[in-house]
Amino acid sequence: MAEIKTEYYKQNAVKAIGDPILQNALSNVQNRLGPATALCYQKLAEGPDLRLKAHKIREFAVNNLDILLPVLAQKIRDRGGKVFFARNAEAATAYCLEVARENRIKMVVKGKSMVTEEIGLNQVLEANGIEVNETDLGEYIIQLAGESPSHIIAPAIHKTRKEIGRLFTEKLGIPYSEDPPVLTQAARKFLREKFLKAGMGLSGCNMACAETGHITTVSNEGNIRMSTTLPKIHMAFMGMERVTARLEDHDVLFRLLSRGAAAQNMAGYVSYIGGPRTPDQLDGPDQFHLVILDNGRSRILADPEFREALFCIRCAACLNVCPAYGKIGGHSYGYPYSGPIGAVITPLLTGINRAKDLFLGEPLCGACKKACPVDIDLPRMLLALRAKAAYGDHQWAVTRVNPREKFLFEIFSILIRNRKLYDLAMKAGVFFQKWLPRKQGMISHIPFVFKGWTQSRDIKPLARTNFLTLWKNRNQKS
Amino acid sequence: MGNDKPVTLFIQCLVDGMYPKVGEAVVRLLENLNIPVDIPMDQTCCGQPAFNSGYRREALVAARRFIEIFEKARVIVCPSGSCVDMVKHQYPVLFKDDPAWQRRALAVSRKIFELTEYIVDVLKIEDVGASFEGTVTYHDSCHLLRNLGVADQPRKLITKVRGLKLIEMENAQKCCGFGGLFSVKFPDISTAILEEKIAHIIAARADAVVGCDISCLMNIEGMLKRKNVSIKTLHIAQLLAGP
Repeated sequence: MAEIKTEYYKQNAVKAIGDPILQNALSNVQNRLGPATALCYQKLAEGPDLRLKAHKIREFAVNNLDILLPVLAQKIRDRGGKVFFARNAEAATAYCLEVARENRIKMVVKGKSMVTEEIGLNQVLEANGIEVNETDLGEYIIQLAGESPSHIIAPAIHKTRKEIGRLFTEKLGIPYSEDPPVLTQAARKFLREKFLKAGMGLSGCNMACAETGHITTVSNEGNIRMSTTLPKIHMAFMGMERVTARLEDHDVLFRLLSRGAAAQNMAGYVSYIGGPRTPDQLDGPDQFHLVILDNGRSRILADPEFREALFCIRCAACLNVCPAYGKIGGHSYGYPYSGPIGAVITPLLTGINRAKDLFLGEPLCGACKKACPVDIDLPRMLLALRAKAAYGDHQWAVTRVNPREKFLFEIFSILIRNRKLYDLAMKAGVFFQKWLPRKQGMISHIPFVFKGWTQSRDIKPLARTNFLTLWKNRNQKS
Repeated sequence: MGNDKPVTLFIQCLVDGMYPKVGEAVVRLLENLNIPVDIPMDQTCCGQPAFNSGYRREALVAARRFIEIFEKARVIVCPSGSCVDMVKHQYPVLFKDDPAWQRRALAVSRKIFELTEYIVDVLKIEDVGASFEGTVTYHDSCHLLRNLGVADQPRKLITKVRGLKLIEMENAQKCCGFGGLFSVKFPDISTAILEEKIAHIIAARADAVVGCDISCLMNIEGMLKRKNVSIKTLHIAQLLAGP
C-alpha cells in the first residue's frame, strides 16, 4: 500500500505555495489544458452533452459489476489468461511477487499506472530484489529522482528541464543538456535496453470490456505497448470499477478520456489485450495475468452517496481546473490520487478522519464537475463527506472532527430562528468590534476563529444599522 | 417597463449586516423599474454557511424557516448567486427524506431568482437607464456561473450602462478563493487563489471590479484594501441603481 500522508495537507500546501518553480508549472498546465479541454467538449460532434451519455454508461457498468467482472474474467481465462481478484493491496502485490518468483524474474518494465501506485507495487518488488523500470517518460524521471507522481497523467510536471538535465547527468552519466529532445533520446536509449532484457511487463488498464473480454490501454509514448508485448509475461492491474459492458461504450469513453486528459481527439496508441499470445502469433507474451483490485472499492460501491466516485476514468481533467490543486499541487494530497477526485476517493479509501483536510480544504467552486468527461458530481460528494465529518458516521467509522465548530453552528441555528435575537447578536458584534484595529475604515485584524481571514485581507466592519432596520425606519417615516 | 406586481426580496446576511448600501441599491434599482418590493422582516440566513460546512441539521433549521417565510411570495429575488443556489438546488436535497417538506422546497425553488437573472430573463430588461463614467471589470461568482448558469445576464446589464466600458479580465470565471469558512480555515490556500484573482483584476486596469455576490466582493475588497490598491469593488446593484 502507498504511504498515506494525508494529515500533512496544510503543511505541504504551504510548502507548495512557497515554491515558485512549482507555481509556474501548475499555472502552465492549468492554463494550457483547462481551457483546451473545455473547447474540445464544445467541438464534439455530439456536443458537450456526450458527457451525460458517458455518465450513464459508467453508471450502468458500476451498477452491474457483479455481472460484468465474472464475464470479463471468464473470457480472459478461456483464452489462457489468468485472472486474480485481489481483496486488498497486500494480496495484489503478493500475487505479482509470486508470479515473478515462479518465473525467476529479475527485472520488470512498467507502463504508467495509478493503481500500482495505490498498492505500492514498486516498493514491494524492489524490497524483494526485483529491478523495476518505469517507462513512461514522466514516471521514469520521478523514479530516477526518487519521488512520487504529482499529477495523475503528467507525473513530473513539478520538475523543470534544468532539474531533469542535472538528474540525467547524475543518474545516467550523460553530458548535461536541458534540451527536451536530447533528454528524451537519452531516456529512450536507456529504456530500450530495459525493454529487451525485462522478464515481465506491468501495466495498468484504462478500461476493460466485458462483452469482448479485453483490457484496453491508451498512451502517447508507445511505452505501454512495448511493456505489454516485448516481455514474456504481461501482468495488468485494474481497479474493479474500470470495466464497461459493451465495446461501443469504449468509443464514447476513450474520446472523452483523451479530451479530458490532454485535449486530444484520441491518444496516440490504443491497445486491446485479451490474453497471452496465441500459437499462430509470433509476438506477444506467453503469459497474461489480470489483477482486479478491490482495496476498499466495494465499500464505496455499497454506499449510494459515494458510488458515483467509481465512475471516474482517471483523466485528471478536474485537476486541470481546480483552483486549490492549481496552488498546492499533487503532493499535498498525501496519496497518489490528487485534485478534486483525490479529495473524494482518498478519504474513502484511506480513512475520512485522517484525510479530512482534503475535502474541507477547497473552495467548492464546482469547476471540477463541469470539466469531468463523465460528469461526476464531485461537489455533491465533497459536501457529503463534510456532513460525515461534522456529525461523525458509524458506517464509515468517522468521529466528529471539530466539536467546537459544532457548538458554534448550534448557536448559529438558535440565532437565525429569531430575528430579534439575531439583531441583538449583530448589535453585540457592532459593540465589540470597536476594539479591533482599523485602517481606513477597514478592520485589519480579527482574533480567534476568524484570524485566518485577516492574515492577508482586511474586512469591512459590521454596519451600525443593518439593512432590515434601515428598511423598517424608512417605512415608518413614510 | 416592469410591472406593478411586487417581488419579495431576500437580502442575505452579509448585505444585511455589513453592506446595507447594497440592499438599498437593490430596492432603488427595482423601484426605478416600477417594481414594488416586499421585504419580510423576520428573514435571517438561508443556512448556507452551515450546509457547506457539513452541518445539515442546523442548515435544515434555516431551510424550514426560509420556506415558511417565503413560500407565500409570488416571486423571490436575492442579490446573491450562492444563496439562490442554496435555496434552489440544496434545499430539495436537504429534504430528501421528507416528502412533504421537499414539495414545499421545490415550490420555493421554482420561484427564486438571482437579481440579474430576474431583470434580464424574467423582466426582459437589459437597459435599466444607469450611467457610470469609467471602466469596470466583471468577476463571475462560482455558484452563480456554474450552478445557475448566469454569465451573460450581468454582462448585458453592465454593457448597457451609459459611459461605461467593460474590460474583461483574464480568467474571470475562476474562483476568487473565498469558499465560505474555507477562507478562514485554510487561509494560505485561499490567499494563494485570491492573489491570482487580484493580479488579473489589476492587470485589467479598470476603475472598478463588479460582481453579483457580495461574498466574493468582500474577499476581493479585503485584499485590494490590504494592498492599498485603489480599484473600487461594486455590487452590480450599486452600479445599476445609481447614487
